[in-house]
Amino acid sequence: MSSEPIPPKGISTPETAQVRASEDGEVIYRHGQRLDHAEAASKPLRSAPEKQPRGARIRGNRPIDQAEAAARFIAAPEHEEMHDARLWDLRHKRDREMQVIPEWETLRALASAIKEHTLTHLDEYLEQFEAHAQGNGVHVHWARDAAEHNRIVHGILRDHGARSLIKSKSMLTEECGMRHYMASVGIEVIETDLGERIQQLDNEDPSHVVVPAVHKLRTDVAEVFAKTIGTDPDNSDVHYLAESQREATRPLILDADAGMTGCNFAVADTGTVTVCTNEGNADLSANVPKLHIASIGIEKIIPRLEHLAVFVRLLSRSALGSPITQYTSHFRGPREGGEMHFVLVDNGRSARLGMEEFWTSLKCIRCGACMNTCPVYRRSGGLSYGATYSGPIGIIIDPTFNARKYSNLPFASTLNGSCTNVCPVKINIHEQIYAWRRELVKQHEVPFVKKVAMKAAGEVLSRPAVYRAAVATANAAIDHLPRFVIYNGLNAWGKHREVPNPPDQSFHSWYQQNRGEKP
Amino acid sequence: MRIGLFIPCYIDAFFPKVGIATLELLERFGYDVTYPRDQTCCGQPMANSGFNAECAATEALFVRNFSGFDYVVAPSGSCVHHVRDNFDAIEQTDEVRAVRARTYEIVEFLHDIVKPEAFPWAKFPHRVGLHNSCGTLRRLRHAKASELREPFFSKPLDLLSKVEGIEFVTPARPDECCGFGGTFSVFEERVSSKMGYDKVSDHAKAGAEYIVSADTSCLMHQQGCAERIGVPIKFIHIAQILNGASA
Repeated sequence: MSSEPIPPKGISTPETAQVRASEDGEVIYRHGQRLDHAEAASKPLRSAPEKQPRGARIRGNRPIDQAEAAARFIAAPEHEEMHDARLWDLRHKRDREMQVIPEWETLRALASAIKEHTLTHLDEYLEQFEAHAQGNGVHVHWARDAAEHNRIVHGILRDHGARSLIKSKSMLTEECGMRHYMASVGIEVIETDLGERIQQLDNEDPSHVVVPAVHKLRTDVAEVFAKTIGTDPDNSDVHYLAESQREATRPLILDADAGMTGCNFAVADTGTVTVCTNEGNADLSANVPKLHIASIGIEKIIPRLEHLAVFVRLLSRSALGSPITQYTSHFRGPREGGEMHFVLVDNGRSARLGMEEFWTSLKCIRCGACMNTCPVYRRSGGLSYGATYSGPIGIIIDPTFNARKYSNLPFASTLNGSCTNVCPVKINIHEQIYAWRRELVKQHEVPFVKKVAMKAAGEVLSRPAVYRAAVATANAAIDHLPRFVIYNGLNAWGKHREVPNPPDQSFHSWYQQNRGEKP
Repeated sequence: MRIGLFIPCYIDAFFPKVGIATLELLERFGYDVTYPRDQTCCGQPMANSGFNAECAATEALFVRNFSGFDYVVAPSGSCVHHVRDNFDAIEQTDEVRAVRARTYEIVEFLHDIVKPEAFPWAKFPHRVGLHNSCGTLRRLRHAKASELREPFFSKPLDLLSKVEGIEFVTPARPDECCGFGGTFSVFEERVSSKMGYDKVSDHAKAGAEYIVSADTSCLMHQQGCAERIGVPIKFIHIAQILNGASA
């Protein structure tokens, strides 16, 4: 296993470093809290579970401060370490599955090419899909944006007198804010994916596109369930929690008036929709009530059924490191006496298709592999991005919805490129992150202080004499300033890191001394 | 063959030994190496932050300094990546394109151009963990990245294996970014430093005495992290080992 909770002797992490005897040997500190000697000796060091860190603060249209939320996540070490280890484990399993498939890189290239072809002929394939779906007896609707999607869904429910809706996980309905909308018009929505249901009960957005509650410890879930479905707050046994949830939700599913699913792939040639789940909850949502509505982003189209094989082989291997999802369900048409509706949603996708540098982000199949591999995401939590989509793919999609609000997100990356390498449809994610930074600077959506710093850097670095003086002064300054001047809140480098020791002389002056005769 | 030596700003100011080792190593192989005195930087700090216009003057200066050499060699993967792949704030004249195409990182220059049989002067009887920086690994393609299904190769390991006495250890997450990320290290300092803590701890757990890398910027960050949390590990640039540094 990759993540070892107990470091070997002689190696202290910031977390273990906090559990240490102070100088007098009598007092123990943990996570900044002083414990007296008797208490420390007689009890577990921590009696109450670590509180779940919450996501980014949303303040209207103001830029999300991802770094601030990430710092709070890291300040909750049990959450951060669990999150990092759990997602790294998915990445690890993905690598293992990749090794089993000799043609892995060919599959990625094929998937990328199929998406590229489809997206560049999207109008044709959408019309084919519509015609074939209608031929199968499905009602097809078109929604320009989130509001129209919600109105259409509400209209269908109203026509059937439906008051309750069970649904499987769908990032598109998250994007449309459908749950809030339905609450405002008095329709009860019940999520049937376990993780999504946890998030719904906690009134919190999903933090990951595949594993929506991955940022929660089981003690967090126990707290949520105790408040909402009446479980024992001190029992965080996962089997107990899952079973309790099943008992609480099953009657709601059986009584629901309507069901909803998202869509992983919409096949133009057959007019059918494919949904991949591990809990079988899409089948419950679609098959128990007589009315089934599927919300479909227009980029989900693939031309023919045979192309599905390429994507199904890639999807779960990339997402969870499993060969295939437990359920791969295909929906063709309404059953006898029932109705099926497909809602095709644009919500900014056509506009994105027209963005020269960013249109290939529409190839995304929402596997979450880029999130699992992203070292920043793993240490920040998905909610730190304050957006529907988080992690590397979120960074390049979110600014298309709102460049100002999400203007900090493309900077929440080291540009390490691991996301691009794991992407099953070969989106050049890290290059698009880089391109977004340029774009946001062009649109003046970056903080003033950064502008000033970068302009100044550009001035110094393009003038050799000024630069030479600056290097000399920096060394002299670090050499002579007292520690508290270097390590204070204003020097971001020195908050959690040491500043390098300045050498006796710069390379430049060494060269002058030792190779001075050279031109 | 005339080589222009490019010593990036932070190496010039903080890690002159890395520059000296690179220079001496190239001289050992008989190259005529010149360090143009007016050089400063490649423009990467501004470009990575999205400020492309702000790096035009710096890029132009870089071209003035390094035009006319057969090769430009630098001990820094990320700077070479910028010059080769992103250096587009200025007009792409023939001269600019030539400088960009001839700029090499020291490991790939040795491995692909010099192709040395041995480093007879080098001995390094220590356990080292290799840190392939993201710039060298995934952009310059120094080695196989763990995410890709392709045959194993590693230019830095090929070179280091020729050093007497060296022993390699492998951390649990060999490819994981260390969190430096240029200006990321200050604008997202908490995530950056946490990634650094995890990186140096991973190497230490694997038993490394040294972390060796072709990117001094990653090492500077990791060293700052290791010192802060008390991980007893040392840092050295690959050029220093290849040039015969003893410890």
